[in-house]
Amino acid sequence: MAPLPDEARDEIRRLQRHYEQRQSALLPALFVAQRELGWLPPQALQEVADLLDLPLSEVTAVASFYRFFFLEPAGRHLILLCTNLACLLNGAEDLRRHLEERLGVRPGQTTPDGAFTFRESECLAACHLAPMLMVDRERFGPLTPREVDELLERYRAR
Amino acid sequence: MPAESILLRFMEGEGTADLEAYLRVEGYAAARHALTALTPEEVIEIVDRSGLRGKGGAGFPTARKWKFVPKDAPLKYVVVNGDEAEPCTFKDHMLLERAPHLLLEGIIIAAYAVGAHKAYVYVRREGYLARERLRQAVAAAYARGFLGRKIFGTGMDLEVVVHSGAGAYIAGEETALLESLEGRRAMPRPRPPFPAVFGLYGRPTVVNNVETLSHLPAVIRLGPEGYRALGPPALFSVSGHVRTPGVYELPLGTPMRQVIAAAGGLRPGRRFKAAFPGGSSSALLTAEHLDVPMDYEPLRAVGSMLGSASLIVMDDTTCIVRVVARAVAFYKEESCGKCTPCREGTYWLSQIFDRILEGRGRAEDLELLTHISRGMSNGACFCLLGESVPPGLEASLRHFRHEYEYHIRTGRCDVEAALAAAVAPGA
Repeated sequence: MAPLPDEARDEIRRLQRHYEQRQSALLPALFVAQRELGWLPPQALQEVADLLDLPLSEVTAVASFYRFFFLEPAGRHLILLCTNLACLLNGAEDLRRHLEERLGVRPGQTTPDGAFTFRESECLAACHLAPMLMVDRERFGPLTPREVDELLERYRAR
Repeated sequence: MPAESILLRFMEGEGTADLEAYLRVEGYAAARHALTALTPEEVIEIVDRSGLRGKGGAGFPTARKWKFVPKDAPLKYVVVNGDEAEPCTFKDHMLLERAPHLLLEGIIIAAYAVGAHKAYVYVRREGYLARERLRQAVAAAYARGFLGRKIFGTGMDLEVVVHSGAGAYIAGEETALLESLEGRRAMPRPRPPFPAVFGLYGRPTVVNNVETLSHLPAVIRLGPEGYRALGPPALFSVSGHVRTPGVYELPLGTPMRQVIAAAGGLRPGRRFKAAFPGGSSSALLTAEHLDVPMDYEPLRAVGSMLGSASLIVMDDTTCIVRVVARAVAFYKEESCGKCTPCREGTYWLSQIFDRILEGRGRAEDLELLTHISRGMSNGACFCLLGESVPPGLEASLRHFRHEYEYHIRTGRCDVEAALAAAVAPGA
């Protein structure tokens, strides 16, 4: 796999300016690498470790702790279905069953065509939209199964 | 919305995310006044007399927290907790998206009060729009001289950095947040020392919640008496089985019944069953508590808490066992794994709930739930995450024990049975 582009490497070096200690730049640096590659393969973790002069074990430990770092390849779009209380009370389980059926995968999996990674999510802080989900950076809700179908169609084309 | 709304008026519609819009409603006038006409001690005194308490959940008096910061430290920080991942809390998110300048103005006031020249705003990863709006607001404020060097032409310098979380509820705990900001796993630190003395990079650090800081411009503008006369005001995140879930600004102490009414009341034809008054960490309340004032002490007196003022309303269609099971699953998912009672306790509880819901519950399970829950209480856990589980669980066993028993005895849910019977005649 190709290394990170030079611009991304420069961006990671520059991140350190905002902080008194360089390790503070680790989370933002991992996001830069993930933006470039779509996920964080072992080689990317090593590059970030080298750029920030941190042990690889530390970088790996941090990357594996947080939900938004992908240590496996992900789909083109990330679907986060909230199943926490407000959404549960308003029909999230119906949406989960519907999504499982339409996508043909279980939560935590990626569709065979690589279009979607589907995850159940904890509260997304948009309870006025319950039941709701996020696709990439956009929130949608309150949703019916039919509206979910329209969403999937729209994003699959992108 | 009450006429005197001090926060919600900045959030209505598209809000005042734009600097020009914010300036039209006297934006930054309070910060300017604080920096040019008041000493830091006077600001702290005003905030103290206003009675402002932390809105992130703990309710600790804001000014008292500030007073712990050593005056003579060469480097100090303000860290804004915008992680807000307590289930059904969404007021901070809305503030960041619709009124980011209100927060920035609050940050200026807080930084001036404690003598900090650098602030970090930690926003949870999922808050893409919130972070984007905040970054735009920061850039606009720099351009106008409200941030950066010699702000408002005074000797005060202040730099603000927006930092993204990466998905971890525990990062909302203030010491775990500092660990995360330092680029490590978000695991809580032992306290003491408290962050006010030993915080970010070991420097004195004030960690305040987004809503807390957003109250400061009003506190300065209205003065302590004027501010207190409004309730004092608070933002309530209301969700669940209400007709218009959303964020409502009401005086602290508004009875639960009225908070529900503000959110449009229950859905037509339904009866109130239970509510979490302060997010899933708070003990469940029932219909007998509908007139309890939603304030710190009255809710504590009935065995619950205000927390982040996130009212989760449940009507008679709700299976309480399923709701508590989901809350427990949340804490299992979010446990950082540092301490045994939380790491193991949440996992064990979840397994028991799973088998009860799958119809394989055992007679001894209720005793077991109580036993595990007690093992996670009274300081057994390293931080409040594990300790958040017992209140809701134990209250549900107290008020809705029959529902658990029905599940275990029959393998089914009595709510579904009751609802099926209720609709049967007309069906």
